Amino acid sequence: MSATEFATHADPMDRRIDPPGGLNVTGWLRWMWRRLISMRTALVLLLLLGLASVPGSLFPQRTSDDFAVGEYFREHPRLAEWLDRFSLFDVYGSVWFSAVYLLLFLSLVGCVFPRVLVHYRTWRAGPPDPPRHRSSDPIVAGDSEVLLTRAEALLRSERWRVRRTGTFVAAEKGYLRETGNEVFHLALLSLLIAVGWGAVTGWHGNVVLREGTGFSNTVSQYDEFTAGRFVNEETLAPFTVTLDSFDVQFDRDPQQAGTPRYFDAQVSVSTAQSQSHEFLSVNNPVTVKDAKIYLLGHGYAPRLRVTDSSGTVVFDDSTVFTQEDSNFTSLGVVKVPDARPQLGFRGLFAPTAAISQERGPFSTFPAPDNPVVFLSAFKGDLGLDAGVPQSVFTLDETHLQQIGLQSLSPGDTWELPEGQRVEFLGFDRWIAVKVAEDSGGPWALLSIVVAVAGMTISLFVRRRRLWVVARPGDGVAVSALQRGPSAAVMDQKALLGDLQGPVKDSIEPQQVKEGRCQ
Amino acid sequence: MIPTQVGSATTVAEFSNSMVYAAMLALVAAMIAFAVAFAVRRSDSVDLRESRRALVAVQASGAAGDAASRALESRPQPPPDTRGRRAGNIGLSLSWLATILLLVAVITRASWAGRVPWGNMYEFSVSSALAILLVYLAVSVRRDLRWLGVFLIPLVLLTLGLATTVLYTETQQLVPALDSYWLVIHVSMAILCGAAFLIAGTTAALYLMARWAQGPVKGPVSQRLSEIGQRLPAPVVLEQFTYRLIAFAFPVWTFAVVAGAIWAESAWGRYWGWDPKETWAFITWVVFASYLHAQSTAGWKGRRAAWLAVIGLATYVFNYFGVNLFFTGLHSYGGV
Ligand code: HEM
Repeated sequence: MSATEFATHADPMDRRIDPPGGLNVTGWLRWMWRRLISMRTALVLLLLLGLASVPGSLFPQRTSDDFAVGEYFREHPRLAEWLDRFSLFDVYGSVWFSAVYLLLFLSLVGCVFPRVLVHYRTWRAGPPDPPRHRSSDPIVAGDSEVLLTRAEALLRSERWRVRRTGTFVAAEKGYLRETGNEVFHLALLSLLIAVGWGAVTGWHGNVVLREGTGFSNTVSQYDEFTAGRFVNEETLAPFTVTLDSFDVQFDRDPQQAGTPRYFDAQVSVSTAQSQSHEFLSVNNPVTVKDAKIYLLGHGYAPRLRVTDSSGTVVFDDSTVFTQEDSNFTSLGVVKVPDARPQLGFRGLFAPTAAISQERGPFSTFPAPDNPVVFLSAFKGDLGLDAGVPQSVFTLDETHLQQIGLQSLSPGDTWELPEGQRVEFLGFDRWIAVKVAEDSGGPWALLSIVVAVAGMTISLFVRRRRLWVVARPGDGVAVSALQRGPSAAVMDQKALLGDLQGPVKDSIEPQQVKEGRCQ
Repeated sequence: MIPTQVGSATTVAEFSNSMVYAAMLALVAAMIAFAVAFAVRRSDSVDLRESRRALVAVQASGAAGDAASRALESRPQPPPDTRGRRAGNIGLSLSWLATILLLVAVITRASWAGRVPWGNMYEFSVSSALAILLVYLAVSVRRDLRWLGVFLIPLVLLTLGLATTVLYTETQQLVPALDSYWLVIHVSMAILCGAAFLIAGTTAALYLMARWAQGPVKGPVSQRLSEIGQRLPAPVVLEQFTYRLIAFAFPVWTFAVVAGAIWAESAWGRYWGWDPKETWAFITWVVFASYLHAQSTAGWKGRRAAWLAVIGLATYVFNYFGVNLFFTGLHSYGGV
């Protein structure tokens, strides 16, 4: 590398690296390592990373939509099986995806640390010696000693890094470009570590709350709980959350009818120290200690009261029904194990009920304009004592016998054949919340902020060099070098102007010979 | 199609829509003017040929492209090519007019809806068209970009054409998940980047054409294309222009994606979930990162890098149209 070139740290990495002649193992390993950390490999790996991300957008992913994956298996069983073999439903956790980004980050490590060292050394060494004189370099006549001193003073005052010898002044500026670049790449490493850290120390759980009910932050209270390797029961902060009330409003404009416009959940949060009322909404999570509570969904929970033939109330509660369509046609199951014989109901709740020939009962609008619950009653053995855990959303009909169908509006009562009474008292609302702790989050965010800052610096700072060299007779020659456009000529012109007053012969830009720019 | 009669309450929206149509008319006229300007660029072809020769000489002597491009940029102006310049200036003025009309359209729509004008794809598209024009005109203040108009204005018209026909939606309130100030940051940055990426992708494609025009000519079609290619600025100029735009847009895009992640965290409880929209934003990011690397990798600088810029633009456009229309994901409720 000649003195006229910038020692970009990409360059040494970028030379064609020939495989070693002898088949010495360490030689090969070394060769492979150098290949891995070359710019060209990094580039290819980056492109591979982009390519590898594509299938994850084409096929449903287990991590985000397990249900859709199930659908896919049902619709294309043979194909799905093959796709699954190549992890196409778990792209971002797959071996091949991980391999690409791990190699990329390995390459990054191998690339950036040596570069930091080289950069430090070039910074320490200061501006290099001037390049060979070129006939095109403009010349300023005068006493060379005086001119050199003047040039040195001028350059220093403009905060160039200057090195003065008996015969020349060498000046350099823009080290920050490389610094910014290294900061950027190091911040990317930090980001990966933060994401990894978040994955092992973070946890999240989902839970459904009806109005008036609550949960406490323990693993058993969540309907679904996922945690990193370093999480255990003790690491969960103790607190309880209760849903006091929930309100939602839907658009009634015919074009977008039914789109939710406004959610408002009032919750009470209590920890060992304090109790508070919070407003929870979409885009507005509630923070408790290190955990955050997000509102993800909502629905209806019809409230039924069942009285047996003797007049004893055997059931009085609301039951979560799950949403089936955008108008909140909702399905659910009510089990009454305390009745003799046991009773079970399959239910359909429609906030704004309608009935059609093809569909049967359904809802035409998500708000409760005409709430109706359609019940199908069963008697017999619910099978709850068999010891096999049962979903609250399914009814095991093996030992049940259907005894009737009825639709009920709030306040209606339905008399079953054996004298039991079912009252539809109305409904509660429920919300689905996600509680999550992600300790990697803020760290990752900080890494990204640093990365953007470093990158911006590196993309906008220009690295430049100037030399003022004493001529054998008298006077000095001024030459310039830069990476990136036009700055060098301006530097050169400006310095010339300062050195000799107005520049007489304007410097034709193309006369300035450049080093290898990029 | 934009309904002409939607009831009395929508007169402001109608006004906004007619501003969009007026802007499209101005753009059609601008396109014609730019086309004339480009066609008569030939009249300075003597000068072009000469500078091309100078360029070849400079390249042959092994000096960097920068010097050559400066040679071209700062050459003494050719004898004024009045017809072409006048047509080009008319094109620029009409583009300014269209920009102002679109600005009025966007502002009236926003004030009528009482929110930022990026609630659905129609509004995104109109704002994107405005952003493309703004970036183009902002750069033209300092650089002569009249040659670019004839390629860029049709793309703006295409965007607006799709917006007013396929994508048109009446103004609605935002669905709650979209109602956040992160939306403002995220979407405005993304629209700005989209504009810069579109222009950069176009100039990268023109670079490929200009390089191609330097090669041997075979057949009549190739002859015509080559003539177009020869009227373009020198490849080094196009290359550098592309690089600078991407160097500007890339940090902004990074920021836009991060703002999106922060927004996703508050709305859905996770920063990143590989939703199709997120995935394609990531792919765009990776492709432009590759472009920046390619620009400093021997063997990749030049044509391959230009292809990467074009592919990067394609991934952005796909994310915008393809993902919104064909995929279902959390983001798809932007409303077509
Ligand atoms: C996760 C992978 C990587 C990403 C996302 C990435 C991204 C970027 C970006 C955006 C730039 C341009 C901004 C700047 O100059 O700071 C850049 C520049 C650069 N990267 Fe990377 N990089 C990655 C890995 C690597 C690796 C493995 C190497 C080493 C072989 C490398 C070497 C370089 C060099 C030398 C530059 C400077 C180019 C110039 O000055 O024009 N990068 N990188």
